[in-house]
Amino acid sequence: MAIIRDMMAAFELFQPASIDETVDLLGRFDDGWVLAGGLDSFEWFKMRHRRPRVVIDVSGVEELKGIRDSDGGLEIGAMTTLTEIVTNETIRQRFGVLSTAAYAVATPQIRNQGTIGGNISQDTRCWYYRGGWPCYRDGGNICYADTPTSMNREHCIFGASRCVAVNPSDTAPALIALDAKIVVRSGGSERVFDAEDFFIGPSTDITRMTVLKPGDLVTAVRIPAEWADSAFYFEKARDRQSWDFPLVNVATAIKTSGGTIQDIRLAVNAVAPYPMRLTRVEDQLRGQPINEDVALAAGEMAIQGAHLLRQNAYKVPLLRNLVKRAIRDAEVQ
Amino acid sequence: MDFFQYDSNPWGQEILVRISWDLLWAALIFGVLFVGGHLVMRKLWFPAHGATAEKAAAEVSPVVDDPGTPVAETGVASDAAPASVKRHSLGSRLFHWTMSAAMFVLLITAFFPLLGIQFPWLTIHWVAGLILIASILFHIVHATFVMDLKAVWIGPGDARDMWRRFWRSIGREGSEPALPGKYPLENKLYHHAVAVAGFGVMITGVLMMFRIDTPLFARDPYMFGEQTWGWVYVVHGLSAVGLVALIITHVYFAILPEKRWLTWSMIHGRISREKYAEHHDPERWAARD
Repeated sequence: MAIIRDMMAAFELFQPASIDETVDLLGRFDDGWVLAGGLDSFEWFKMRHRRPRVVIDVSGVEELKGIRDSDGGLEIGAMTTLTEIVTNETIRQRFGVLSTAAYAVATPQIRNQGTIGGNISQDTRCWYYRGGWPCYRDGGNICYADTPTSMNREHCIFGASRCVAVNPSDTAPALIALDAKIVVRSGGSERVFDAEDFFIGPSTDITRMTVLKPGDLVTAVRIPAEWADSAFYFEKARDRQSWDFPLVNVATAIKTSGGTIQDIRLAVNAVAPYPMRLTRVEDQLRGQPINEDVALAAGEMAIQGAHLLRQNAYKVPLLRNLVKRAIRDAEVQ
Repeated sequence: MDFFQYDSNPWGQEILVRISWDLLWAALIFGVLFVGGHLVMRKLWFPAHGATAEKAAAEVSPVVDDPGTPVAETGVASDAAPASVKRHSLGSRLFHWTMSAAMFVLLITAFFPLLGIQFPWLTIHWVAGLILIASILFHIVHATFVMDLKAVWIGPGDARDMWRRFWRSIGREGSEPALPGKYPLENKLYHHAVAVAGFGVMITGVLMMFRIDTPLFARDPYMFGEQTWGWVYVVHGLSAVGLVALIITHVYFAILPEKRWLTWSMIHGRISREKYAEHHDPERWAARD
């Protein structure tokens, strides 16, 4: 039987104009699918592996758009496009790591359409899962990416728990490095998560990548002033420089004094099912001078405990070197 | 309500995945209905139990040993029994509470995430599973070589006596049931049901550990085909939801006033001479100090 692609199954479309309307709709339809930029969603719909009965398009919710000052930091609406983040002067000058990370996402066309809320909420790109195979993440009881003959070059080296898929977001590690907060509305309540707690691994829930449950809506990302104007570094290793998901990416924010690390936040992604904050490495780096030896030691520490699959051993030296550069080459914008 | 979850494998074949989690709700509802039904019957249809319960509750207190009381060797009459009769050895009690703790941890880590309470459950789950297995292996050895294994064997008179107890408890005329030995048939059946469900989760649980990374053995998710794995998950799930219902009823009976003397005995190991004489046949369970 031919596989039908590019022809979405029918769904009922709602286009609310406010957050309250959106939350109300999500309360009414427990399988309501929130459509942001559509770059993840339409792939699911066109492949027909997801057939939501109700789609709630939030592109008309103005409250979800824009970048605002907030207590010396910034509040970025969830529907703010990645291009707006890349081009925003305040972000470029004070929180450059986010600007660089957003610029590393895909292509200009995708950045024009993709949103910060969608980028952090996107599903994994594991092709067994995206291909509709009944794996653990899809509710089954096997991981097709973790077999002796699997194609698992892009899969994880940390944090596997039955599922070995990775989180593909580029902005996620930057937000963790900036100690950002993710604002989530559900019903009448608002919850605020630290960025690192927003993402969950398969040991917590194998079918989800974030804390978001049906009925939840990401409304904003808040970036506190605390890490503004720090020394930053972001780098993304990928197969195609023009347009690809990360093989490994790294983001760091460092406060220095006289060449010594006063404080640091260091996060990596695409090596685990969730973006990882490397707190053990951070602890060792505080009080250390920034030099080649310290950076190399940080890289070595970052790879401790890696668990390799058949085809992804290359991620270990890649991660080590990216972490090394993230310490050695971090600079004030 | 679905009983099983199916999916299609990459070759388009339908495969069994696990039980439907509707069965968890069915087990919870069964447990609640059983408890509710029993409470209603106890109040309305077994009014005698109310008085018995109050009396029993009043009698319940930690039993104090009387070392001056003569100790019966075998088959002694109840009036010759010691003031307190040893019902559970220290080993038995340690096993029971270790197994209970492990079982509660297993059920919480298995089912709370399904009920929406999310946390990293898998490592806690398999570690608790190993503790359960170790405790049950200890119990098997202890029961075989130290305890009286025949105490839980079901004899030909057990069913007859259980029926007679039930018949008289609802106020009907009938023959007097014989007193049981250490355990009445209800306890034996419960033990065997837990044993079956327990072996179900243990054996399949060990097999499922081959699908995850543990420091114990090399991971090998391919030792069975996907259909066989589906059955392993089904047996694990059925046994687990069965244990949910069994544990609800067990905890319910353990906190009933008229049963608290038994619950106490699982803490300090002993029952009073009066309870021994009232509920047990010395010919079938000899009192020991």
